[in-house]
Amino acid sequence: MESQPRIGVYVCHCGTNIAAMVDVEQVAEFAATLPHVVVARDYLYMCSDPGQTLIKQDIQEQQLTRVVVAACSPSMHEPTFRGATREGGINPYFMQMINIREQCSWVHTDREKATQKAKALVASAVAKAALLEPLEDREVGVTPGAVVIGGGVAGMIAALDVADAGFPVYLVEKSDHLGGHVADLNRVFPTLESAKELIEPLIKRVQTHPHVTVLLNSQVTGLEGYVGNFELQVTNSKSEGPNPKLSVGSIIIATGYDIFDPRRKPELGYGQYPNVITSLEMEHRLATGDLTVDGRSPQNVAFIQCVGSRDAQVGNLYCSRVCCMYTAKQSRLVRELLPQARVTVFFIDVRVFGKGGEEFYDETRAKRVRYRRGSVSEIYQRDGRVVLVGEDTLLSRPIEFEADLVVLAVGMEPRADTATLSTLFKLPRSADGFFMESHPKLRPVDTVVDGVFLAGCCQGPKDIPDTVAQAKAAASSALIPLILGTVPVESATAVVDADLCAGCGMCVDVCPFGAPALDPLWGVSRVNAVLCKGCGACAAACPSKAIQMQRFTPEQIMAQVDALME
Amino acid sequence: MKTESMAEQLELFGCIQCGKCTGGCPVARKTELNIRSLIYDMLVEPEMDLKAHPELWDCTACFTCVERCPKDVRPAELIIKLRGQLVESGRIPETIGTALNSIFRQGNPSGMAREDRAAWANGIPVKAAQEGCEILYFVGCIPCYDPRVQVVPRALVRAFTAAGLDFGTLGTEESCCGNEVRCMGEEGLFEMLVEDGSELIHSVGANRLVTTSPHCFNTFKNEYGLDGVEVLHYTQLIAELIEQGRLDFSHPPNLPGREAEGKIIVTYHDPCFLGKQNHIFDEPRAILKAIPGVKLVEMDRNRERSLCCEGGGGRMWVEGTNVEERLASQRVHQAVETGAEILAVACPFCLLTLEDAVKVQGLDDRLRVMDIMELVDLAL
Repeated sequence: MESQPRIGVYVCHCGTNIAAMVDVEQVAEFAATLPHVVVARDYLYMCSDPGQTLIKQDIQEQQLTRVVVAACSPSMHEPTFRGATREGGINPYFMQMINIREQCSWVHTDREKATQKAKALVASAVAKAALLEPLEDREVGVTPGAVVIGGGVAGMIAALDVADAGFPVYLVEKSDHLGGHVADLNRVFPTLESAKELIEPLIKRVQTHPHVTVLLNSQVTGLEGYVGNFELQVTNSKSEGPNPKLSVGSIIIATGYDIFDPRRKPELGYGQYPNVITSLEMEHRLATGDLTVDGRSPQNVAFIQCVGSRDAQVGNLYCSRVCCMYTAKQSRLVRELLPQARVTVFFIDVRVFGKGGEEFYDETRAKRVRYRRGSVSEIYQRDGRVVLVGEDTLLSRPIEFEADLVVLAVGMEPRADTATLSTLFKLPRSADGFFMESHPKLRPVDTVVDGVFLAGCCQGPKDIPDTVAQAKAAASSALIPLILGTVPVESATAVVDADLCAGCGMCVDVCPFGAPALDPLWGVSRVNAVLCKGCGACAAACPSKAIQMQRFTPEQIMAQVDALME
Repeated sequence: MKTESMAEQLELFGCIQCGKCTGGCPVARKTELNIRSLIYDMLVEPEMDLKAHPELWDCTACFTCVERCPKDVRPAELIIKLRGQLVESGRIPETIGTALNSIFRQGNPSGMAREDRAAWANGIPVKAAQEGCEILYFVGCIPCYDPRVQVVPRALVRAFTAAGLDFGTLGTEESCCGNEVRCMGEEGLFEMLVEDGSELIHSVGANRLVTTSPHCFNTFKNEYGLDGVEVLHYTQLIAELIEQGRLDFSHPPNLPGREAEGKIIVTYHDPCFLGKQNHIFDEPRAILKAIPGVKLVEMDRNRERSLCCEGGGGRMWVEGTNVEERLASQRVHQAVETGAEILAVACPFCLLTLEDAVKVQGLDDRLRVMDIMELVDLAL
């Protein structure tokens, strides 16, 4: 039994995030009066290097045995402060974080009451810290290899990067060929190179790479395990043989997008007038060079932007990010193929933000493509010709515009099977329906599921350069556990007191991870510490109180509650 | 008039000036009305001089602008609000004033006496809803009083009776629903009508309310907030009765004076308040297809693209700034182009405006305008 604990308390200002609503100096002064506390400080950014140094120095100079950090959520900086505690020379699990930002300063408006609450929270953390037990960091081995779902540009690039690093990759593709939507394109902006020439070498490399196994006509239908050791069930729609199970360390989702069906904008007459076509159909026409309508070369070609994008009426609030550029590309190719034709683009805003985008748009206008500001409200027929009805908003005048070929610049949508995958992988979707990244700025290819990463348009509309960049980022993140060869697992697991266990098996029933099992010889529960995530469900369910959660023992929790009540 | 607070109240700041509203507006191409430009003025100018905008009375409240807006801005509501400013200061066309006054005094816009409201049913047994009934039939002002339209409620009563429905009407207690009152900007009168009307409707205790007019249907469904009462347009109820096999057609419609042989070719005009605003497109067509001997053909502009007849939003009582090119006149030509001999409608206003247009355009010998219920009635 150790002598009296010596506790240091560190109150973070988080700039003004906490300090504006909580009197942090007062909280630190209060903390200094609590039992076992030998030092209490406040600092501008505790997570900064000087902030961490304060903790390390105090551990050494003041012989601290416990550390309490009152700052942000532990999901943000618990690893940071555990690291500082370890470097100070004591067990990292002797550090207790308490959240006075998300759960205090951010949600209150009365400074005095918020300060009172912060004090109570700090007191509870100090009470618990005194009772903390040391734990050991634990890790498990990683199954080398990755699964990439989706064989478009994103999936192929990601697969190649992982494979080039020397790890086996399974590329699972739903259809019977690789290439995704790009395989359906003619030429790509802003270089105007052939999509075929872009994609075919990529497909060839994937097919011949010694580390890549391509599974066509295949879908992932089951998932077990966790980061480092996933097991995926794959179902092949064409084969009747046994469905392979793939064991890998990380997973990249690159399932792509669906194209907006303009029949959901019935006022535009798509599906009703044969000379109203989608931009994808235009790609096919440009590929064959045949733009004729009823055997005649069109003299008036109109493009309509933002069909199915930026439109609350169809529930797609986002910009699809590629339509402005591909419309510039197509309109310009039409000018080249049909020098006599008048080509008009109806737009709301022109968004050509990518590298070379504005220059491409300049060249398009120089080729005498006419840009008219104003979206088309409806299309109908008059004397056999289609009439575009809208307003030229720069003329402030309603217009009727006769055309003999109309191209609807259709946007991207989340794939129809996004919901299925979202359930299977427990991946949340953002408001736009696409898969949601962990953090829009700092973790753009990560998901909330460790070891599962996103690449390409399944995360949101993007062009080929952005898709490739994201695919490479996802591959690099997916490689981290594979290269390390181990992944850390939860140290605070459930522990069974075999003397108290009656062998009822309720813990086995409630555990979502399959960690507890009844020992066939002794008839008592044993928890597999590798599988245990430390969620505490078994400890709560156990009728004999035979299971304890490390770091959340009844004594620790009661001490916290008592301190809060004082 | 100051713009800022109204722009905020109507959430005009969401507008991206795409022009789909003005582009889709059926009157923008024939008058000065430009709703996109009005919204822009509201956003960037501190004041608006309403005297400079007589075209505010041109709007038919078809709500195409609301349907088309990609940012959920509801442009038509701005026109209604601006009209409200004009109403408050008394600067309104005389004929609008007369209609509003008549609604206030007699419960109908046509200057007719309240005690004559049930005269359309003379000789037809109709139960008083006040005695209790499952379905409350709200007849509406124009069907009650207009001799051309009165055939529609009579046909409906015969069909309801044939199907064995337990229904009743409010008789002379029925008052204007206020749909056009709201569109004309008379907010105070509208609120009064909603208050009195809701109380009367709830007192009957019916769980379904069916209307002749899409205008009444729209306002009961979307503005009244009638808890526990399902609001239906008659086309929904009739289509349901046909579907359930409770209405049997015995023969093709006996069209008086028809000389042609073979199928009766009918085209259907979607009323704005039924189609664009409430997305009821299929039921009217289902009824027409169920009538024996009828062949339904479509105009190019149908469903979401139906052309407004120019009878809504108060336009039954005010001419607007361009009298020459009535949209109804364009519309009847579009109907003739389909080869149809009958232009079927499901709205009292459409019935009157389109029938007028047929006469003005000299198309009497080629096209007849009939309410769907007239065809149903002639086939039962």
